[in-house]
Amino acid sequence: MKKDSLKGWFKSGAPGVWISGGAVAMAVIMTIGLLSVIAVRGLGHFWPADLIQATYKVPGQADHVVIGEVVQKEEVPRARLKGAGLPVPEQGPEFMTRELIKVGNRDLNGSDFSWVVGEWLVDEQRPADLMALERREWGNFYGYLVSVKEQGRVVAEGPAAWNELQARLKRANQLNGELQQLEKKDIGAINHGLERLRLHSRKLELDGKLDAAAQADMDAERAELNSRYKAIEDRLSGLHQAFSRDSLVARDGNGREVEINLSKVVHAIQPNGMSGLTKMGTYFAKVWEFLSDDPREANTEGGIFPAIFGTVMMTLIMAVIVTPFGVLAAVYLREYAKQGPVTRLIRIAVNNLAGVPAIVYGVFGLGFFVYVLGGSIDRLFFPESLPAPTLGTPGLLWASLTLALLAVPVVIVATEEGLARIPRTVREGSLALGATKAETLWKIVLPMASPAMMTGMILAVARAAGEVAPLMLVGVVKLAPSLPLDGNYPYLHLDQKIMHLGFHIYDVGFQSPNVEAARPLVYATALLLVLVIATLNLSAVWIRNHLREKYKALDH
Amino acid sequence: MQHESHTHGIDMSALGRDKQSLRLAEETVAIEVPGLSLYYGDKQALFDVSMNIPKQRVTAFIGPSGCGKSTLLRTFNRMNDLVDGCRVEGAINLYGTNIYRKGEDVAELRRRVGMVFQKPNPFPKTIYENVVYGLRIQGINKKRTLDEAVEWALKGAALWDEVKDRLHDSALGLSGGQQQRLVIARTIAVEPEVLLLDEPCSALDPISTLKVEELIYELKSKYTIVIVTHNMQQAARVSDYTAFMYMGKLVEFGDTDTLFTNPAKKQTEDYITGRYG
Repeated sequence: MKKDSLKGWFKSGAPGVWISGGAVAMAVIMTIGLLSVIAVRGLGHFWPADLIQATYKVPGQADHVVIGEVVQKEEVPRARLKGAGLPVPEQGPEFMTRELIKVGNRDLNGSDFSWVVGEWLVDEQRPADLMALERREWGNFYGYLVSVKEQGRVVAEGPAAWNELQARLKRANQLNGELQQLEKKDIGAINHGLERLRLHSRKLELDGKLDAAAQADMDAERAELNSRYKAIEDRLSGLHQAFSRDSLVARDGNGREVEINLSKVVHAIQPNGMSGLTKMGTYFAKVWEFLSDDPREANTEGGIFPAIFGTVMMTLIMAVIVTPFGVLAAVYLREYAKQGPVTRLIRIAVNNLAGVPAIVYGVFGLGFFVYVLGGSIDRLFFPESLPAPTLGTPGLLWASLTLALLAVPVVIVATEEGLARIPRTVREGSLALGATKAETLWKIVLPMASPAMMTGMILAVARAAGEVAPLMLVGVVKLAPSLPLDGNYPYLHLDQKIMHLGFHIYDVGFQSPNVEAARPLVYATALLLVLVIATLNLSAVWIRNHLREKYKALDH
Repeated sequence: MQHESHTHGIDMSALGRDKQSLRLAEETVAIEVPGLSLYYGDKQALFDVSMNIPKQRVTAFIGPSGCGKSTLLRTFNRMNDLVDGCRVEGAINLYGTNIYRKGEDVAELRRRVGMVFQKPNPFPKTIYENVVYGLRIQGINKKRTLDEAVEWALKGAALWDEVKDRLHDSALGLSGGQQQRLVIARTIAVEPEVLLLDEPCSALDPISTLKVEELIYELKSKYTIVIVTHNMQQAARVSDYTAFMYMGKLVEFGDTDTLFTNPAKKQTEDYITGRYG
């Protein structure tokens, strides 16, 4: 009887429903889990955590004071600590706590992070006047503010120093903004102009057209640029002086005093004395800084704006290249090519192309696009800058083109499917009105297939935006000096190298000198990469749905 | 259409409707088919079909499924060119010119010989753009000309009153019958000489069918109409001449009254009395 009911249960199909439902649940849980791990770890990094001060009593050694943020706590067997050479007592509990503390002060301590044994930390306090300085170099500083100085002269001491420091920091950051503007934009433009003049003169020389008149013209222009440079340089040196006018004196937990110039400080906060709301404000300011700033300190500090920009730029250029290319190929295959063994073979080849490992495309891109194609273009069109390569070196154009090649099968397949779905009756309707095949294609078939093309593009973007491996070979670098889009003619610099979020994750996580500091940034960057790709995809989906509404298929 | 008969058998009273005694031999010929054979690959679909389609009359092709009536219709505007492996032997003369001659402008031929299909196939555009599609193809883009053509064609297709306030709405929002009349409007907008209707009512409900049939009746004063239909009542109601086809051969061709009331061939009689097909 029981057996029968079990049999009946299997027959009813209920197990199948449970299994398939379970598979869906697993997929959902994994996705949510992945996203939440990334989100929690990445976003938590920007929270201004409380600072602790404690005395570290290692048996048989002198006590010293530890100041910092607790980053991680874990239970470890006593034996392992002993094995690590720590003076662990013979008797005691089997497990001991070990804490990772971000102690900062790399200039004093030699490293930012320190593992300590929790049991030996005593007298833990959270003094409200403990200060965290975010510096432009040497990482964070944790300690107490002693005084603020202007040109070496003390202007404020004791409790009054904090407000004085904030006011002067504000001024210093403002000056920093001006300096950045001058150094990057204005001087960048002048350098660009000078380089253009040099290339122009070299070109004339190569063409044998460099005569006195041209020479004089260029000299005048060069002189003009140089005089502008001179003016900016004067302003710069003035600004630099003003920028490094102030300094602060701070004392670390063990009483050592250091003088830090305010030009080296980004922020100063006293997290222990901050209310939740103020912390929130600081948090969002830091998140914004992460999104909008350039990286500092070998990418482990500061923002990742150039990487976001590079990723989006490269993906957009890729989409602009791949869509027409893929659509045209699909149109030929589906509409014009004689359906037979050859077309079938091409179709199989295209489908297989989608399965080729990405790194292979990278190798091809480097070998063919960069060296062969780029090299030839350099010889033909940019001989004046040789031997320095213009397009004969990895860059934005080749990265986009390599990704386009990688994604083109997706567009072809999606477009072909879309074309196949257009009802024959509609095509015949157009032909019967005296339209030629080409007119039918352009006026009826392609507009109706446009949602399918958009689907292809979405899939292409999804595939390409997350790709990292081939990019390392064809144009993505650890740190790009400038954005590929700026105010200097020709505005979009396809020959420039770019930064990319995916590569940034790899670089920060595995190539960084300061792995502990970089780990939260890996998560934050990963989250951002997911968000950027999701945004790109969602906007494409929105456009597609819009088109679909317009050209909805004839279903009756 | 005064007579609505959806019962089996032929409503003979419909046949008498102002059809003055027609004589095929006395009509002006629009399309002359002097012995046409058609092959799909190795398979022969039409066997030496010869007929003269009279000008400004409605000619119906009837016959069982697969008898070649649609195939024959599609040879008149060379729609069968689109089928892979389709080969035509013989000629079709449209007003004396062979449309299968070398160098024939097929697009121009299709403008002159319009076609309406089984399923309404409006383009996913506005009603207005559907009607002017053929004109735009010809390079006519002047707004006034197009506006006039839209009104004229929609009135011609008895659709104007229903859609005049929503010309710029999507054509896909129309009902099936309206869509089919829109397709007819679109076809007559390019002022063809011949209208080919390939089972134009097979996807429509009885009311819409009635409207389209009325329209056909009105259009014949201007156009030579050839209609393929499965529905014998429809053939009887709308056509002046009827051709009965069977297995790729033309069995009998004559004026509708005679063919339905007094068929010359046994096969025709069997078919119209419902003995097979």
